[in-house]
Amino acid sequence: MAPKIDMEARFLDYVSAENKVEPKHWMPDAYRKTLVRQISQHAHSEIVGMLPEANWITRAPSLRAKLILLAKVQDEAGHGLYLYSSAETLGTSRDQMIDDLHTGKAKYSSIFNYPTLTWADMGAVGWLVDGAAIQNQVMLCRTSYGPYSRAMVRICKEESFHQRQGYELMMHLARGTKEQKAMAQDALNRWWWPSLMMFGPSDDQSPNSAQSMAWRIKRKSNDELRQEFVDKTVPQAEFLGLTLPDPDLKWNEERGHYDFGPIDWAEFFAVVAGNGPCNTERLEARRSAHAEGAWVREAATAYAAKQAARRAAAAPTAKASAA
Amino acid sequence: MSTPDQWPLWEVFVRSKNGLSHKHSGSLHAPDAEMALKNARDVYTRRSEGTSIWVVPSSAIVASAPDEREVLFAPSDDKVYRHPTFYEIPDEVGHM
Repeated sequence: MAPKIDMEARFLDYVSAENKVEPKHWMPDAYRKTLVRQISQHAHSEIVGMLPEANWITRAPSLRAKLILLAKVQDEAGHGLYLYSSAETLGTSRDQMIDDLHTGKAKYSSIFNYPTLTWADMGAVGWLVDGAAIQNQVMLCRTSYGPYSRAMVRICKEESFHQRQGYELMMHLARGTKEQKAMAQDALNRWWWPSLMMFGPSDDQSPNSAQSMAWRIKRKSNDELRQEFVDKTVPQAEFLGLTLPDPDLKWNEERGHYDFGPIDWAEFFAVVAGNGPCNTERLEARRSAHAEGAWVREAATAYAAKQAARRAAAAPTAKASAA
Repeated sequence: MSTPDQWPLWEVFVRSKNGLSHKHSGSLHAPDAEMALKNARDVYTRRSEGTSIWVVPSSAIVASAPDEREVLFAPSDDKVYRHPTFYEIPDEVGHM
């Protein structure tokens, strides 16, 4: 199969020269598969990611806070839709992807398997979870697959509001009463480590990373992104007057980066495997939302058919010429 | 599956302001054009990105094949005389 090898070498040269791949271009099967997995997983994360925050919409402490939260959750839905569309350009179908999520075949970001216990969690999630997502997504704006890159550019533009509203919320709590500050600290304690885990296993435990980097799907390793995130976040925590829950965290003059303590990878893999605090609840919420929304999809289909029939009846000549 | 067939795919084009062309924003699924337009408004114009939206069935788009790129576009590569920089005119003549 010499010609196939040539095609793969040519493809590698093409992406190495910073050229973008578009849907109709030839691409290695493994490139296509990797992208379908990554983009659909990313889309699922946006969709499942609506759940922990939707939990607080009806209990937002002010109308302003409620409007912001609603807008943010609506954005997540939009981001999921951009990403599903982008994955579909690779030949998978929307129904297939949704099915894979509901049967547990497809994964989503493990961070959403943690519960949002207090209002401060809305701040910590925006600041840290969206912050970590931005770190990853800014890199993905330059990914080699055109439709994915374009979706990422849109998403990054919108995501920055998510992070800032979260930080603002934390600021209000940190400058509030003693109880409010304690609530902010508690949220930070619970979300810090899971946020660091969002970047995925360390580089030596991440066998697919090298291939993804060679294909220019990813441009930075998990550990590089994690380090950048820590370096940006530590001063932000200091500004809030909150303490990051890591006794080993300290500035390393020599490296020019913050050192941080070991991550509990056993916890990470347990949550990925389905044993996080909310895995069952999240999937169940998605499945029932899909099942309970079936009548809406059926009604929309029926309405479209009725309208089409009416148009056809009103314009018999147009129908004849179209047929 | 409760939906017998997956809804058709639509391509969404948005005019960001009057005076500019519609530009491709992305795609979405909808049962008909009317609902595609409504969904497009929610999915692609949540931050005043548009003054006008087009939705086009994806199946209606005819695209050139990547393999034909050379045949289609290479002929214009060797016609440098189509560019103003091809002509050497003294600076003092100025521009129009």
